[in-house]
Amino acid sequence: MHPADRPGVRDSLRAENYMYVYDEYDQRIIEERVAQFRDQTARFLAGELAEDEFRPLRLQNGLYVQRYAPMLRVCVPYGLLSAPQLRMLAKLARDYDKGYAHISTRQNVQYNWPKLEDVPDMLAELASVQMHAIQTSGNCIRNVTTDQFAGVAPDEVIDPRPWCEIIRQWATFHPEFAHLPRKFKIAVNGSAADRAAIEVHDIGLEPVRNEAGELGFRVLVGGGLGRTPIVGSFINEFLPWQHLLSYLEAILRVYNRYGRRDNKYKARIKILVKALTPEVFAERVAAEWAHLKDGPATLTEAELERVAKHFVDPAYKALDDQSAALAALDAEHPGFARWRSRNVAGHKKPGYAAVTLSLKPTGIAPGDVTDKQFDAIADLAERYSFGEARSSHEQNIILADVEQSQLFELWGELRELGLATPNIGLLTDIICCPGGDFCALANAKSIPIAEAIQRRFDDLDYVFDLGEIDLNISGCMNACGHHHIGNIGILGVDKKGEEFYQVSLGGEAGRNASLGQILGPSFAQDDMADVIAKVIEVYVEQRSEEERFLDTFRRIGIDPFKERVYAKNH
Amino acid sequence: MQRIIKNGEVIDERWHLLPVDATLDGISNSDDLIVPLGLWLQSSHALKVRDGGLGVWLQSHEQIEDIVDDLKYFKVVALDFPAFTDGRHFSSARLLRERYGYQGEIRAIGDVLRDQIFFMHRCGFDAFAVRPDRDPYDALKGLQDFSVTYQTGVDQPLPLFRRR
Ligand code: HEM
Ligand code: SF4
Repeated sequence: MHPADRPGVRDSLRAENYMYVYDEYDQRIIEERVAQFRDQTARFLAGELAEDEFRPLRLQNGLYVQRYAPMLRVCVPYGLLSAPQLRMLAKLARDYDKGYAHISTRQNVQYNWPKLEDVPDMLAELASVQMHAIQTSGNCIRNVTTDQFAGVAPDEVIDPRPWCEIIRQWATFHPEFAHLPRKFKIAVNGSAADRAAIEVHDIGLEPVRNEAGELGFRVLVGGGLGRTPIVGSFINEFLPWQHLLSYLEAILRVYNRYGRRDNKYKARIKILVKALTPEVFAERVAAEWAHLKDGPATLTEAELERVAKHFVDPAYKALDDQSAALAALDAEHPGFARWRSRNVAGHKKPGYAAVTLSLKPTGIAPGDVTDKQFDAIADLAERYSFGEARSSHEQNIILADVEQSQLFELWGELRELGLATPNIGLLTDIICCPGGDFCALANAKSIPIAEAIQRRFDDLDYVFDLGEIDLNISGCMNACGHHHIGNIGILGVDKKGEEFYQVSLGGEAGRNASLGQILGPSFAQDDMADVIAKVIEVYVEQRSEEERFLDTFRRIGIDPFKERVYAKNH
Repeated sequence: MQRIIKNGEVIDERWHLLPVDATLDGISNSDDLIVPLGLWLQSSHALKVRDGGLGVWLQSHEQIEDIVDDLKYFKVVALDFPAFTDGRHFSSARLLRERYGYQGEIRAIGDVLRDQIFFMHRCGFDAFAVRPDRDPYDALKGLQDFSVTYQTGVDQPLPLFRRR
């Protein structure tokens, strides 16, 4: 039984209505994991496991040792959270950390200040709400990510969530792929738009139907960011769904055997795919798959049904769209109108909407959530959205099933909580890694840059007028902040021991993803807000009506931006 | 004498592992030997006519495809882990069992530690030469880490979804 399903919980809030609920097997696996990790930690603390031996073990459980303290990354499988899980995240922040946590760009939740010896207890608490930290780091298959609007998006073709769960189970403690050459990330998208950035993942999957109406997958391999950013290549245009796992196994086996291990900067699958060419890589996979196809890993109707039944629609009411009533509220409350235009997305059901809670108010590290906010979000989820919430790779939280007639009331509550900043998709909705304030690998801080830009662009009307702009910041070339695929990307670099920042323009995360072009020499921290302001000036001067930043950039190219930013001051 | 884990028990080791640069010179006729792949590829005729038992060992970059036609000659195939984080031979072991039907001993050698043994066993290893500075009885506990597994494996070919 999922903890959400304790006696007395209203039927409409039962977890089985909106997320995968563990059975005794799933539960036993995570409990055995807690015991295993408790023992490993004890052996490490007793000196029986050397640091080098413990490191890969703790990493596979999401535990980094960072600049000031360990960092624990908790897995949020494909971004789905129940109210009890949100309350547990709050409790961990309160009891084991400094009262807040961080939503990562891979939909996970990170704690920045736990104590190593507390981690086994934290994992035990997580296990009580069907959560864990398995494979959230290390050279193994990581958390599967997807569209934060999965299951409710009006443009959805196929719900990706059952597939994510099937892949999650297959990847969990996969014995053959526990020590890959490097980390391995899989993303699934089920919609016309690609909100899961599948083209920059090691494997990207898209469920599709062929002309006969049969279900299958388009399979992409070899995307990734980091120091060698590459947009992946599709190697299979239609893989019948029954063969998903055997095909994944074939890809991973080719990678595990032939991926480079001599140089960790050349160890990602993208380097292998590039070296062989996507065509040859595809042939190798096909040759391997020929042996695995139709074996015991072949998926069954029964399994698909067992998993998919957890992702059926919640008990939606028959409602009508509230356009007129909402327009009237807009007219009366400009703040509501603004919020609605940015933070409220369409829904496949009339009368419903998906609401994004912005974790990007000025002055707070992008993606940070306090324990009180987690608790409050849990309550709001139960009152407004069937008890469910999602995390997004843009580092925000979503209530996916809100009745339009309740939007106004919800907006009021969110404002009280500091979660109603109306900036989703705008310049100040910055995607940002922890950077030098927390991360030991950083070349430069990233959070203060985000804040400086937010402060410079503090005029909401202006930011609204600028329209959609993705701005991404990474503190080093590991690219945890996805700076390559930001319309504006900022990368921390080290120049003779000083923190500098390189700017790139024109990146794009969605379908037909593209990598940004570097503007030129890097800038000092204090200049960054000015630099971004100049980039924006050029856009404002050059745009034609309704043209997004990215479209203007694609039309006019990088030179006008260069000229302005590097012009000598008179 | 080194002790190894075999079929879930700690036993005395009787095989001699020859170093990677071993030659036929002075090689024992009657001892049980695990020879490096290079020596096997050079001198298989001489090795086949010995009286003692024969095994072969592969470095982590060496391919099992080089021995798959010769498997009938080997009582042991030992696969080396220069570091436990080098997972290539996890795939080799599965292929030996699942694709090439090898039924002899598959032994993990090198940086073999308690915390990887569970996965190794699932991939088809049935013998573990635990690193000499570690207690094989302690390592044995690693085989019990999990009682449920999701995927197909050599130990349990049916994935959990076909059994649940
Ligand atoms: C603070 C501790 C962290 C460390 C030590 C760390 C380390 C790294 C490293 C070394 C890479 C590059 C891997 C490669 O290219 O092979 C990487 C990539 C990545 N990290 Fe982090 N990271 C940290 C925190 C985060 C956080 C907080 C996020 C989310 C906000 C994140 C999200 C990512 C993502 C999305 C990538 C993938 C880029 C790609 O596709 O290559 N990381 N990280
Ligand atoms: S991008 Fe660099 S600085 Fe930022 S979190 Fe990743 S490793 Fe750390």
